[in-house]
Amino acid sequence: MCLAIPGKVESISGDSSEVNFSGLKRTVSLKLLPGVKTGDYVLVHAGFAIQTVDKHAAKKTLKLFKGL
Amino acid sequence: MAIIELSHGSGGNKARNIIKDIFISRFSNPILNILDDSACVEGDLAFTTDSFVVEPVFFPGGDIGKLSVCGTVNDLAMKGAKPLYLSASFIIEEGFEMDDLGKIASSMAKTAKEAGVLIVTGDTKVVDRRGGLKPAPQIYITTAGIGKIPKDIDVSSKNATPGDAIILSGTIADHGVSIMNARNDFGFKGDLKSDCASLNGIVEAFLSKDVRVLRDPTRGGLAASLNEIAKTSKVSIVIEEDKIPVLPQVKAACDLLGLDPLHVANEGKFVAFVRQSSADKALKKIKTHKLGKNASILGFVEKGATGVSIKTRVGSLRPLGMLEGEQLPRIC
Amino acid sequence: MEVCGTHTVAISKNGLRSLLPPNIRLFSGPGCPVCVTPQAEIDASIELAKRPKTIITTFGDMIRVPGTRTSLEKEKAEGSDVRVVYSPLDCLDIAKKEPEKEIVFIGVGFETTSPAIAATVLKAKEEKAHNFSVIPAFKLIPPALQALTGAKDVRVDGFILPGHVSTIIGADAYGFLEIPGVIAGFEAEDILEAIRMIAKLIGARNRPPVQIQYKSVVKPEGNPAALKVLYEVFEPSDSNWRGIGTIKGSGLVFRDKYRDFDALKKFDVKMRSAKEPAGCSCGSILKGVKTPPECKLFGKKCTPEYPVGPCMVSSEGACSAYYKYGNN
Repeated sequence: MCLAIPGKVESISGDSSEVNFSGLKRTVSLKLLPGVKTGDYVLVHAGFAIQTVDKHAAKKTLKLFKGL
Repeated sequence: MAIIELSHGSGGNKARNIIKDIFISRFSNPILNILDDSACVEGDLAFTTDSFVVEPVFFPGGDIGKLSVCGTVNDLAMKGAKPLYLSASFIIEEGFEMDDLGKIASSMAKTAKEAGVLIVTGDTKVVDRRGGLKPAPQIYITTAGIGKIPKDIDVSSKNATPGDAIILSGTIADHGVSIMNARNDFGFKGDLKSDCASLNGIVEAFLSKDVRVLRDPTRGGLAASLNEIAKTSKVSIVIEEDKIPVLPQVKAACDLLGLDPLHVANEGKFVAFVRQSSADKALKKIKTHKLGKNASILGFVEKGATGVSIKTRVGSLRPLGMLEGEQLPRIC
Repeated sequence: MEVCGTHTVAISKNGLRSLLPPNIRLFSGPGCPVCVTPQAEIDASIELAKRPKTIITTFGDMIRVPGTRTSLEKEKAEGSDVRVVYSPLDCLDIAKKEPEKEIVFIGVGFETTSPAIAATVLKAKEEKAHNFSVIPAFKLIPPALQALTGAKDVRVDGFILPGHVSTIIGADAYGFLEIPGVIAGFEAEDILEAIRMIAKLIGARNRPPVQIQYKSVVKPEGNPAALKVLYEVFEPSDSNWRGIGTIKGSGLVFRDKYRDFDALKKFDVKMRSAKEPAGCSCGSILKGVKTPPECKLFGKKCTPEYPVGPCMVSSEGACSAYYKYGNN
């Protein structure tokens, strides 16, 4: 029930970060996800990063289907 | 007591019902009832009108002035007509800045020149400021246009025929997303520019008797236009999800806001239904024009029940309907 | 059963039902937060829109939901200040810009969303934003799943579990499940893979644990930091799910420390019991007991332009998805 999109953390300032979604950027709060580093990919919902994205795992599913 | 709501103006079924029930039922005549982008009168003249209420008045990629010229030029071009003359009427709320009005007028003059049309008549009204939830003074522009349809050209939304190839001229959802971002404080930064442009030049480049339908998918998006054409021509339209180009930053904005690009407005794109034997040639001509670089064949008109279907990335077929009311951002 | 409304939409949009073999049938569950918000709470939110010097802020999802007499969209047309926001944090910006007004946020959503509002309340307290408050209408998924698996009229062999709720609560939160459950992502490929995983688990010898298909973002422990923020501000309470009834411990209320941000208490909002629209089958549809086409009103009296019940008006509602994308 929840639209959440992965984006790349480009800069961090305290609790706040700038996240890049394929060229679209927005300020995202890191209040719910401490420990994020610049360069990490995070899942963003309602202006908050809610989880880090394991890109390797994300690519695996798509590969599974491309091979079919 | 029934009242008009914003959803009545957004190009979906609700909007069509209002137009049918209140206006068409009372104005009814054979020319009007075709409901193309332009009416064809006196044999070879195309005649159309449109109103522009966009907010904010200045947005990335354009302004209300540019939009008001392109919008009407495009409605004429979508009938296969060469746009010739425009009228421009202004309703301006007291307090609107003179400088801004000047900028808008300059934009209209520039756009008209580029499109090769003359603004030959107009009107201006100043009204009281409404205030309330819209504290800034508003401006509304209505343009009407006349164009000439060349001999042998018959473009109409009732012409779609099984076998026709459907060409889309470029990326979708650029305009609607740009406006939504400019209007609301969603905090998105990026290259979200309206695609607002006059299409008469590119249409002229490939127009022939094999071009059966032209439509610029404005309010309601590509889905609304294809559905209207399917209904008017009584045909089945099948398009492929894979063939729909969307700019990455526009897709990201749509994903973040829960918007479906297929229902988002465009102001510088068109779909052309072309006889299959001429489709590749037409596509080639479109792609050489600067406004058609991302053009592709979206799908075909098929034999079957009236309606629009979309073939998904995973190979299934599902209906593509029109949206009811204005698409709103959602979080869930 | 797919629990999450976003899954319902993804399944319909990708025509996945038409790709499945006949022995696998998908039913939609109660994972549409707008659909399960009781009529009384929707009416209360709309009442506040009529209050002078009040700005109602909400996610777009709520704007068109019909209350007993009206909707936020209609109230906006009549002059109320109703604004769509992308993030609850945007409300604090509005609160700063309009200090003489009350900014009320309609807090509808599951565990993906409620931590974001909790974090916003913490920031509001820090910044002393006394003109900001929230209508707490949040719900929790695991208690609802427990109620569903206990219900006599619900026959489910496996769950497609919500992808993003699970990023917060973690796979471990579903330990109570006695039938297979797989946490799935939202691409067509993700959902198909999850269905395949569930099919394999059904009938497997030992009780299969909940599995994670959406490995890129779901961990067994979820997001502990987010849960900490959530339960700092809110605590579980019994909650009424529209069409299902009261489920123990399935909602969230403000803890005493943050009661000042509870809009219902602040404005002394009275909940009036509301009647369900006649003939509406949303309750059965939310439990997966009926499919939308089996509702007498579906497509006839109840359409997206003129919705009767919440399952049709919410873009995540099963009825809306079936109507828009067909039965595939």
